[in-house]
Amino acid sequence: MSYAADVAALARKDLKVELRTRDTLPAMLLFVLATLVVFHFALPTNAADDAAYGLLWVAIVFTALVGLTRAWVPEHEHGVLDGLVLAPCDRSAIWLGKTLATLAFLAAAQVVALPAFALFFAPLGAPAIAGVLLADVGICAVGSLLAAMAAATRSREVLLPLLLLPLAIPLVVGGVGSAVSSEPSRYLLFLGLYDAVFAVLSWASFEYVVTE
Amino acid sequence: MAPEDADQGISQRIFYIHVPIALTAYFCFGLGAWKALRLLWLGEERYDLESYVAIHQGTIFGALTLLTGSIWAKASWSVWWTWSSRQLVLFLFYCAYFMLRFSIEEGPRRARSCAVYALFGVVLIPISFLAIRLASDFVHPVVFNLDGPQMSGTMFVTFCVSWAAVTSLAYVLYRIELLGKRIDVGLRELREALQ
Repeated sequence: MSYAADVAALARKDLKVELRTRDTLPAMLLFVLATLVVFHFALPTNAADDAAYGLLWVAIVFTALVGLTRAWVPEHEHGVLDGLVLAPCDRSAIWLGKTLATLAFLAAAQVVALPAFALFFAPLGAPAIAGVLLADVGICAVGSLLAAMAAATRSREVLLPLLLLPLAIPLVVGGVGSAVSSEPSRYLLFLGLYDAVFAVLSWASFEYVVTE
Repeated sequence: MAPEDADQGISQRIFYIHVPIALTAYFCFGLGAWKALRLLWLGEERYDLESYVAIHQGTIFGALTLLTGSIWAKASWSVWWTWSSRQLVLFLFYCAYFMLRFSIEEGPRRARSCAVYALFGVVLIPISFLAIRLASDFVHPVVFNLDGPQMSGTMFVTFCVSWAAVTSLAYVLYRIELLGKRIDVGLRELREALQ
């Protein structure tokens, strides 16, 4: 099988598992909506729109964390990861398949969350939405590698946010910048740069994280 | 002796400590990542300890940078904290490195996971610099720009001397800690062999 077919098969497997068990996506949707409601009550009534854009990014990062914490649980519970590592495919395909599946969940959660944000708080322009999409790629690429790393530790649920949040700070800077700045293009460029650099790094180093 | 800064006066002298410490912290993180790369590339176990000790030293110097930066900010801008600090993101990152290291059982898996995370750290350094610059925070003075160092000759000499001193200190601490850790490992193996 070619590399692309391996990746597609692995991503399809995750989507199928999710369709049957419905473990992750409903949790992410409910979480992001609940977070937006909490933010409505947390913000003072006369708060500026810019503050709301900042909070949107907090909601996005935490929602991604909810999804990523669950990402490798099925693999570890049933010993699937050992089988995948032994399978005759490039190990980075496992990472890419998981990244694509997580990206699909996060995008699905945002299809609901972004209109809800526009309804509750402030309108979102095209640069802001482009910023969200670019940051999603970065979060999922780095996050699925770190989640695999954290899943092998004693304190997996606690460790993943600690590992991911410092790496997500540049994404938040880029994302908020693309929403509030009058010159969003340089923030979008920065997000693209982040995605490219960290995607290549995660792709190249995944093998070392999962092999015994 | 270096002349007093015309603008900031005596408080500028902390520059000769703050900047060398910061540069040494980056150097230690870079060294840690280099050793991590060697570990992944060559698979030799000894690089794990070397990478860990270098990052440990880097984190200590990083904490000192935050402290001296805060003192300087209080003296120059009368605030203890400005968000221009580039070190805080890295400091958080490397604290997470220790959490990762202490929550995996000792062995090749821990060595490799930590090595991958250390590589992420060294890539995060320029990315986070760029991010903080993009966040339009220009309070932090930029002494070194594309035209070279913006200071007089004697100031530059003083700076180089203290930089060399701090780097040598870091290197000595690195060797001592590495030696201690190696003795620890040797002792543990001996004890296991005797039991």
